[in-house]
Amino acid sequence: MTVITTRGLTKRYGPVTALDDLSVDLAPGVVGLVGANGAGKSTLIKILLGLLPPTSGTVEVLGLDAVAEGEAVRARVGYMPEHDCLPADVSATELVVHMARISGLPPTAARERTADVLRHVGLYEERYRLIGGYSTGMRQRVKLAQALVHDPDLVLLDEPTNGLDPAGRDDMLGLVRRIGADFGISVLVTSHLLGELERVCDAVVVVDGGRLLRSSSTADATAQRSVLAVEVDARTGELAAALRAAGLQVDGDRVLEVALRGAGPADEPAYDLVRDAVAHLGIGLLRMERRRHSISELFRPAEEAPGVRA
Amino acid sequence: MSVPDVPARSAGVIHDLGFRHYDGPRLGRRQVVRALFVESTRGAYGLGRSTRSKIMPFLLLAAVTLPALVVAVVLNVTGTASLGIGYAAYPISVLPLLSLYVAGQAPALVSRDLRFRVVTLYFSRPLRREDYVRAKLAALACATAVLTCLPVLVLYAGALLAQLPFWAQTRAAAVGLLGCLLLSMLLAGIALVIAAVTPRRGLGVAAVITVLVMLTAVQGILQALGQDQGNAGLEHWSGLLSPFTLVSGLQRWAFDAPLEDLPDPPGALGGWVYLAVALAVLAGSYALLVLRSRRVSVS
Repeated sequence: MTVITTRGLTKRYGPVTALDDLSVDLAPGVVGLVGANGAGKSTLIKILLGLLPPTSGTVEVLGLDAVAEGEAVRARVGYMPEHDCLPADVSATELVVHMARISGLPPTAARERTADVLRHVGLYEERYRLIGGYSTGMRQRVKLAQALVHDPDLVLLDEPTNGLDPAGRDDMLGLVRRIGADFGISVLVTSHLLGELERVCDAVVVVDGGRLLRSSSTADATAQRSVLAVEVDARTGELAAALRAAGLQVDGDRVLEVALRGAGPADEPAYDLVRDAVAHLGIGLLRMERRRHSISELFRPAEEAPGVRA
Repeated sequence: MSVPDVPARSAGVIHDLGFRHYDGPRLGRRQVVRALFVESTRGAYGLGRSTRSKIMPFLLLAAVTLPALVVAVVLNVTGTASLGIGYAAYPISVLPLLSLYVAGQAPALVSRDLRFRVVTLYFSRPLRREDYVRAKLAALACATAVLTCLPVLVLYAGALLAQLPFWAQTRAAAVGLLGCLLLSMLLAGIALVIAAVTPRRGLGVAAVITVLVMLTAVQGILQALGQDQGNAGLEHWSGLLSPFTLVSGLQRWAFDAPLEDLPDPPGALGGWVYLAVALAVLAGSYALLVLRSRRVSVS
């Protein structure tokens, strides 16, 4: 079962190719859409909403043809735009109730669901104040609330963490995770920051220059590597020497990277050796952890391959 | 049924129900358009908005209605035999106030959505662009109709209280109200088209005021010129230029409304031309608004 299916999706604006032969199958859950600015993320979202006809190719959203049945798609999808789209002269409650009505909810249901959704996104007393006085973080929450209020089957979140401070960013990512995991609503979330998506997405699609670079589950992308990071509070050099003497392959100067043979019990002697060496030297062990792949490594082959970046 | 033994302590606990899904009814496009229409009409009087946005509409409503109220009271106190001002002539006499109202509200209805890009939220929903245009046009026409019709109704009530001839008054008031409705639609159409191409609200207000005042002024000058030179053609065709004289001309032609100093459509053809122009303005402003809404890009 897939939420979004595209086959050979291409969009050209005159001589500019925004999307180039994009074919993806996205499963339910939280899917990250990663790409630099101008990679075609926003174009893809417009096509998914049925607002922009593709030059060629097919696109299915929730089993509906987004080109022919755009209205039906938009009724079941929630959309949080990247840019600011909130009027200043109404309160969050009034705006979200109104948007719920425009999505076809009867008045009473619109009011009930608005109160619910605003609570879920973390707006409490301030929801009665005019939006004009809101902080960026609160505005993002209102934008998210209006995308969720009609209980869609899929939400498209365009750069939800844009302009937020680190704490606000964490809150927003936590919310994105909850929408997918607790609310049971599929999410397509875009970002140009890879590290963010790593934490909340089940799968990641990387686009660059309108082309699909890679589509994989986050678990694959962030699998454990066979490297043990070791950090101590003093005499790092001596520790490195001791570990090498014990037959381990060691790199790095401030943080030591100890090569492991692979996953599983075969590595246990290595952990023991590090522990014993540290104890023997009488120094403090600050950190000892298994390194993971980061999604950013997905980009490396692309940067090496010439001609991919248009 | 046995009641389980619930500890008293839990009585005040708020349970987090989690995210509740909605499986109630979802309304169709017609009701959605109506919801947008109602919200916009309320917005045109600042209802559901800040106190500041209520001031102008209600001030203008009071200013437009007050003279009618004075006329009605004077009529009842002095017991004269006529109102002194015709129902059809009343909107013309408060013309600047009506212009001021549509100039203030048309940008509030449309420029606000364009400027803050709220249209993105509308068009990413099942609402069609024509639906949006229809709702906004109907909303401003309705809101303006309140402003034009209320004083006419006040005059009519005054006339009935003073026991002026019932049927004659009713007919004249009906002609007046009909004119008010047409005038409200014309003003709404013209003002919204101008507002839709001026995304900045202040600019929109100034543009609508300028256009309406200019049309009225040019019409007045041409009419005066025609009277001076004894050029009846110029005098009476000039009425096509302003929405106010367009409506008053139609009222003279179709119902013989007493509007002596305003242009009278010349001949049998004149009336039809006036009607055709009025309809063309309405259809044209709708078409232009739809065209404008299609050019709005989402995201």
